[in-house]
Amino acid sequence: MTIIYTIINGILLGGLYTLFGTGLALTFGIMRTVNLAHGDMIVFGSFMSLLITRFLGLPPFISLVVLIPAMFLVGQVLQHALLNRTLQQGVMPSVIMTFGLSVILQNAMLLSFSADRASLPIGSLATMSLPLSGDFAIGVLPLINLATAVLVLYLLHLFFRCTMMGRAFRATSDDPTTVELMGVSSRQMYALAMGIAFAVIAVSAVFMGARTNFSPLDGPARLIFAFEVVIIGGMGSLKGVLAGGLILGIAQALGGAVNPAWFQLAGHVATLLVLAVRPSGLFPETIDRT
Amino acid sequence: MTYRLRSHWIGLVLLAVSIAFLVSVPAWGSGYLKRTIVEFIYLLALAQAWNLMAGYGGMLSIGQQGWLGIGAYALVVLAEDLGINPFLAIPLAGLVVAALAWPSTLLLFRLRGAYFAVGTWVLAEVLRLAVTANIDWLGGAKGRSVRSLMNYDRFMRENLTYIVCLLLAAGGLAAIYFALRSKTGLALTAIRDSEPGASGVGIKVLRTKRFVYVVASGFTGALGALIYANLLSVSPDAAFSLNWTAYVIFIVVIGGVGTLEGPIIGTAVFFLLRQFLFGFQEWSLIIFGGIAVTVMIVAPQGLWGLVKQRFDFELLPVRRRLPARLITEPSAVRAADRLDPA
Amino acid sequence: MAVLEVEDIHAHYGLFHALKGVSLEVASGDVLAIVGANGAGKSTLLRAICGALPVTGGKVAMNGSSIQNQPAYELNALGIALVPEGRRIFPSLSVEDNLVLGGYRGRKGHWTLQRVYELFPELVKRRHNAGLDLSGGEQQMVAIGRALMSNPELILMDEISLGLAPIVVEQIYRAMGDITAQGATVLLVEQDLSRAFTVAQHVCFLLEGRVSLRGVPSALGDQEMMTAYFGASV
Repeated sequence: MTIIYTIINGILLGGLYTLFGTGLALTFGIMRTVNLAHGDMIVFGSFMSLLITRFLGLPPFISLVVLIPAMFLVGQVLQHALLNRTLQQGVMPSVIMTFGLSVILQNAMLLSFSADRASLPIGSLATMSLPLSGDFAIGVLPLINLATAVLVLYLLHLFFRCTMMGRAFRATSDDPTTVELMGVSSRQMYALAMGIAFAVIAVSAVFMGARTNFSPLDGPARLIFAFEVVIIGGMGSLKGVLAGGLILGIAQALGGAVNPAWFQLAGHVATLLVLAVRPSGLFPETIDRT
Repeated sequence: MTYRLRSHWIGLVLLAVSIAFLVSVPAWGSGYLKRTIVEFIYLLALAQAWNLMAGYGGMLSIGQQGWLGIGAYALVVLAEDLGINPFLAIPLAGLVVAALAWPSTLLLFRLRGAYFAVGTWVLAEVLRLAVTANIDWLGGAKGRSVRSLMNYDRFMRENLTYIVCLLLAAGGLAAIYFALRSKTGLALTAIRDSEPGASGVGIKVLRTKRFVYVVASGFTGALGALIYANLLSVSPDAAFSLNWTAYVIFIVVIGGVGTLEGPIIGTAVFFLLRQFLFGFQEWSLIIFGGIAVTVMIVAPQGLWGLVKQRFDFELLPVRRRLPARLITEPSAVRAADRLDPA
Repeated sequence: MAVLEVEDIHAHYGLFHALKGVSLEVASGDVLAIVGANGAGKSTLLRAICGALPVTGGKVAMNGSSIQNQPAYELNALGIALVPEGRRIFPSLSVEDNLVLGGYRGRKGHWTLQRVYELFPELVKRRHNAGLDLSGGEQQMVAIGRALMSNPELILMDEISLGLAPIVVEQIYRAMGDITAQGATVLLVEQDLSRAFTVAQHVCFLLEGRVSLRGVPSALGDQEMMTAYFGASV
């Protein structure tokens, strides 16, 4: 029985990782770049939610009303002001710039919030649970998290399949030069894509802050989880993100059940295994543009 | 042409003077001066190793701290557990790292561009976790000290560290310089610019990349051993710290990616800034990060790139240049063929 | 009334001077064929007009207002569409998505998805196939249909018969009649001179980045055209 409980816990953990991975899959799918400050932005979002909670007296989940549009804007500005300027020069400038940003964010947060661990006050939601059998219960919050992750992915799927702008996004991913002949500005698409990725970051930030405590230096580890989700699932594929998130969660839960020190290591090993056996992930979708 | 020849001579003279200066330091320098020079040189050498791999080879690793840490721990194991002379163990640690880096490419090279970057980072994390998990052998999160080095008296140890550092850096940098001037250097640049193109003209892309990655990582590992021989103890959080890679990237970016002279300027700027911001670790990292971002937008070729562009000047030329008459017309026609086939 | 006026334009690829002062005018509803040898600058001219390549000198005007160096995505909204060389279908989008995307800027006019399917009935049964899976001829139809979906006033077609079977070329050129019947002005780059002359009212020869000859096809002599095509030395 224990192994089934462990797997269920892994799936619930995977809900959070799915949200982490979604933003990264979006930007890679459309722009073929990775925002190395992705994890730090998640931590930044958690701190912002904490500030909103503290100063406006809103519950953390209501803070999303402010946080989502704000992060959407931050993402757009980041793309417009920095990343769009070096598109012609390959991936090197974007890697270095977002790496620089990651270092700046980490240290700025250290100065502003100190290295102490913080958490979002969510009251009774933290302890609410649905009993499954005598000694096992499922937390309500992780369940809401998983449902949200699935909902976010489904909404994005509908957006990309069924709207004009969704088509423009997919076409930009295929061929950013030709899409301009259709009246689409690929730079604007890039900025919007980064904005959407950041809106998803806001959602994952609140769930992370509600489920675990966080500190300014947690960003790189979050980026690595997000990256592993994308590698397992298949680069740039939204379908794969869910699979990747769940697999990573299960791997970590199983590893942790055997030996607490193996918790993260098991996730890394799962990723490396997928990379060794299926280098393009379980559900590859992006077309190689080189 | 005479201008270029003269700049080449200036480069050689500067090089000779600096070598003479560096070699003479143990005879008269203070411990502080020696430690400062050792630090300057290992940062410069780390930067050149990264530059070789990323700037010339297009392999944007942000996980070199993994190999640096493994190098440091290899020193501990070789010197403490196997009883090898610690100064001999420093280059050996580099070989150990190279031997580990080779198989890692089997997985890493399945990733490209930005994903390769994060992949190297994951690998560095795996290495760190694997080392931290060994509490009995490697001391877990507390790490271990290099006791065998404490048998030397301080003056002797400082001089030996200094000499090993000079030899290691000189050997490594000379190897990088000559590798870049050789066919491998040309092949590497071709791969950075276009992998399909390079393989089309018969370059063994994977083999060349692997060779460069393994050499750069082994060199980084040896430098890691040297750094922690200098500090006398090693702990996983410090040895596997992302800050190593952050420093190295800032140095290379500020000086100029893909030039040999750039990192020298970058290291000097880095030293000055760090001296100036001593005691403000967070602020200094924020400023380095800000400078790297700004440089990428304003002058992606870096400080040395600006100088080179302004004066057409190279101190350590690694590029082969075409005679001027070949540069204008034929290449223009080739460009036209490529872009306008109709 | 000229829809498009090009006056002494220049364009460069790096150091290479690809267009060395080309001037031409296209009247509304006209089909102008641009012919010339490889490297004469035909594609460059089309790309410069539609904003895909920056113009380094001269003037481009549409309906009297200057349009040079506006980005391609703005010119599309003004009614210029390019059917690019090599077709450039979006491989992961379905045929229908490719077509619908052509109307991204929402210009109203004769062409709708329904009318494009009527023009190229072959595409109906392929509507849900990915662009990746199409034959060359089908891709060309999608590329033309996609351009029509923006209801362009001026449509630029680059090498639309290249690499296609004669029967498919025939079919595509038959569609040309319907396209001009709806009032669109066409600029056509074509290697196949006899094919070009069947649909074009005017023809313009390019040689090494300059206009070497222009006129009405029936009024041009063979020797004159040979010289304009290959240069004076022939």
